[in-house]
Parts: sequence; C-alpha cells; structure tokens
Amino acid sequence: MIWDEKHESMPRTGLRELQTERLKAIARKVYDNVPFYKSKFDALGVKPEDINTIDDIAKLPFTTKDDMRDVFPYGLLACDLKDIVEIHTSSGTTGKPVVDAYTQGDIDLWGEVMARTLSMGGVTADDIVQNAYGYGLFTGGLGAHYGIRRIGATCIPISGGNTKRQLDMMRDFGSTALTCTPSYSLYLAEAGKEEGIDFSKLPLRVGFFGAEPWSESMRADIQAKLHIKAYDIFGLTEIIGPGVAAECECQDLLHVFEDHFYPEIINPDTGKPLPDGEKGELVFTTLTKEGTPVIRYRTRDITYLTREPCPCGRTAVRMHRILGRTDDMLIIRGVNIFPSQIEQVLIKMEGVEPHYQLLVERKGNLDCLEVLVEMTEDLFSDELKRLEQKEREIEDKLRDSLLVHSKVKLVEPKSIPRSEGKAKRIIDKRSI
Amino acid sequence: MTVQQISVFLENKAGRLAAAASVLKNNAVNIRALTIAESSNYGVLRMIVSDPDKTMAVLKDAGFTVKQNPMIAVEIDDREGLLFDIVSLCDAEGINIEYTYSYVETASKKAILFLRFEDTDAAVQMFTRRGYKLLSPDEVCKI
Ligand SMILES: [Zn+2]
Repeated sequence: MIWDEKHESMPRTGLRELQTERLKAIARKVYDNVPFYKSKFDALGVKPEDINTIDDIAKLPFTTKDDMRDVFPYGLLACDLKDIVEIHTSSGTTGKPVVDAYTQGDIDLWGEVMARTLSMGGVTADDIVQNAYGYGLFTGGLGAHYGIRRIGATCIPISGGNTKRQLDMMRDFGSTALTCTPSYSLYLAEAGKEEGIDFSKLPLRVGFFGAEPWSESMRADIQAKLHIKAYDIFGLTEIIGPGVAAECECQDLLHVFEDHFYPEIINPDTGKPLPDGEKGELVFTTLTKEGTPVIRYRTRDITYLTREPCPCGRTAVRMHRILGRTDDMLIIRGVNIFPSQIEQVLIKMEGVEPHYQLLVERKGNLDCLEVLVEMTEDLFSDELKRLEQKEREIEDKLRDSLLVHSKVKLVEPKSIPRSEGKAKRIIDKRSI
Repeated sequence: MTVQQISVFLENKAGRLAAAASVLKNNAVNIRALTIAESSNYGVLRMIVSDPDKTMAVLKDAGFTVKQNPMIAVEIDDREGLLFDIVSLCDAEGINIEYTYSYVETASKKAILFLRFEDTDAAVQMFTRRGYKLLSPDEVCKI
C-alpha cells in the first residue's frame, strides 16, 4: 500500500522540480542561519543563489561526522532553540555524539516517512505493532513509534530487550508486526523456539528491520524462523533516524524518500558524484528538515542507486541495501572485507548459524583474521577430528569468498554478544 | 548391545568445566566413567552416566551443546595386555576404533572398556561372535 501516492509516485520530472525548489530553500536557510554552513559555503566560494537545479547540489560542501562532533551540541541548529521539541543523539561510543534536534514539523515529517515505511509492508490501522527498537535517545524506538501512530495502528512500545516479555506480549496481545534490529529478531526466534513457541501459529506476519547491516540470506532465515515477511528499512541519526529509505513489497531495493532526503553516490576518495549503478559512498541532504538540516552528509555507507521503474509504482530512486562501510570495511592484507560476506558464507553452510565475530590482530607484520563461530547441535560431534574438519571446511569456504585466509574457531553457543542492540561483529586489535 | 555416551562441548575458558560439573551435581547425575578430549581451543567432555536422557536435558537447559552416541562397553578380566588384545582383534577384523577409555573395578578385578567405533554394529557383531561380554545400559548403571 502506498501511503503518500502523490509524493511517492510523483513523475520524475515533477520530483526534480520539487527537489530543486527545496534545495534552493534549504541552501538559503543554512547559509543564513547556521554559521558552520556559512563558513563552509564561503570556503568553497559558493552561494545559495548558485543553486539552479538539483544537480547543482554537487557544488555544495560535504558534512562529515567529525564536522558534526566539532559543532556539538547546537552548532547545526537552523532555528530558535525554543522551536525544538525533541532531541536525539547517537550513542557516541567513538566520540562526541551526533545531535538531531527536531521541530514539531520535523517530528511530523518523521511520522510521515515512517508511515510510508510501514505501509510498504502492508501495515494499516488494523495492525498491532510490537516496537522492539530501543526507546530513548536512540532514534529507532520513537521514530518507529511516530510512524505507527501516524498510520493509526496499535503500538506496543515495549522497547528493546527483555526477551521473555517480548515473547509473552507477542503471544498475549497478538502482535501482527515487529520492529527491531535483524539480529534481535533472530534472537527472539531462537528464544521462542526454546520456549516451544510455534511462530506459524502466531498472528505475527511482518517485520521491519534496520539499524545494522544484514543480508539476503539472513532475511531468508528470519522469514523461515518467524514465519513473517521481513523488510529492510534504513535510516541514520545524522539525517532523521529510521525513515530515510525502505523496501517496498518487492523486497528488493530500498526506495529513498528523496523528496525529503536527497541521496547521492560519490567516489569516497575524490568526492566526485558517481552515476546510477556504480558503487560508492552514500551521501544525504535533508531537503525539508527545519531543526538541524544537513547538507551532503557523508554516511560512509557503500551502496549504489537506480532510477529504473519499480513494479510497485513508486517512482522514488532505489538504493541497494548497504553493501559495507567505508570505515567498517576491514582491510586485511590489502583485501577489503565486509562482515556481510562472512555472514553469507556461514548462512549457506548446513548446521551453521550466522552468529560470528571477527577478531583482527597483527602478528609481526601480518594481519591475522580469526572468525569465531558459535557451535550448534548440528555441528557438534564427540570426535575432535570432526570438529576440526568442520573448522577447516568453514575456513576453506571463507577463503573462497574473502580471498584471504582466516582461522576459524568454534565457540560455545550464545558466547558471542548479540541481541539487544547491534551485534558486535568486529574486534580490531591492530594498532596501526 | 550398546550404551549411550553424552558429549559436551566446552570452550577452553576458565570455569566452563566447573559450570558443566555443577549442573551435573545439582541434578544428581551419576557419572560412571568420563574422559576429556582436548584441542587447543576447546574440549569435549565425554561421559557414561546413569540416566543419559535426563543428563542431556539438564545440560541443554543450562545452554551446553550436547550429543548422545552409542558406545560399546566390554567387560573383561583386568589383566596386563588386554588393551592390546582388543585393539589387535579390531585391527585383524578391519574395524576402526575411534577412541576408548576404561573403568576398573578393583573389587571384582574386572575392567570395562568403553569403545567408540565408526561402525558400531559391525563391532557389536564381532565382539558377540568372539564371546565377549557386552554390558547393557542397566548393567553399566550398576557398576
Ligand atoms: Zn517499489
């Protein structure tokens, strides 16, 4: 179901005009109201009046995560503080957090784009949505909440964690939709199985999963275990939170809500825009945000865009699910490795669950990659030689896919931290 | 005639063996014989217990990865060279022993060898043919 037919299925020429008008306005707004952007524009010698079409966006300066931290906490504010009704921040685990300050208009926008997102998976006012994204500063919980409310569905604001209670609520209240991270959905599936829950008998039929990278094979796994349709949703605190892009019923690529969040793909080394279909770094400009508008934010996510028509009828540009991170990408002995590649290999192997962790160390001058994989009942044998065979087999498959050798180590089930938030996939002990 | 062995996957981390042992103790599991096979990263605790099904269940509940498999329990007089006799017999018949461990009853001067074979059925036939006494699960419980 298309929530906002007018904007989501707008003919592309009309959409470009709308984007052009909005870009002109936002460039003017930040130039006049945000000293940080005024100096950035001035440094490049660009003025708001230089924007004549949406393509002129390439003239504008980039914003990086470091920029955002430098102007912490209020440096991106483009309106009076009294007009800000809500503030969210990133976790700030690697430095000062990124701040997203919302006006009432921004909150309404957030509800709209999340309503579009949930509608893509068929959520209507008749649904009961169990929102297991964390509520609080994290944008996941409240972002989804506003969308659920906007649609008029019933929201169960259970937040993250407390697995036992999640399963009880799901059973007792008959939740029809679930929102959480993909790894947590699998954790729920496992925990439910242990409790003897037959998910095929529950009313749950759809899930919206984001906030961490996942893969097509993980989708198959989630869909089979929870007996639902699993949709990938995408967003980031720097832009608005969830609600930036989402998969339609085709479950293929993610439509970007580009009337509000304009995407570009650039070469991460040169900063030059890349054509549709080419992989590069995803960059976003918020075209309509009032509180903390952002110009050309470099996400460090790697993907590509396509403007090919989608069978669903929406005209909005589509992006491939995130293929990797320019910074999460591990470079081992000169080879680029994304955790998602490892997941792909594991999920295809019989008896192996995609619960893994990567340990990178430098021994002498050599990078060593160790892959911890959780033991399963199917993998286990009373004979050490069979366990060692399994490890070699996984190592061989990984080498075929990654093109570098790794050492696989079987570990006890549930010994790899996961579930509540983002799975901690990589421990890089190299100090370079 | 076979008996069930329980194997438990244990990472080589402080406290894992103790954790498994405490589950066994708290559930009053009676261990008849045990051995641990180790690699550098993990070990496999293998045991013959009085109640394999219950032992499986309580260890699983505690989050351990466990497995059951059939073993042959051969009862013989405890004397020098008996391991050699059994191994050469198996060799002669082309039956492959995966591993073995033993239990010695000092009072009766009997030894029980627990043997894991690739082809358990063939091994049972061989021992039976040769007149060896194979213990039943009940008999193993009583040792
Ligand atoms: Zn579509």
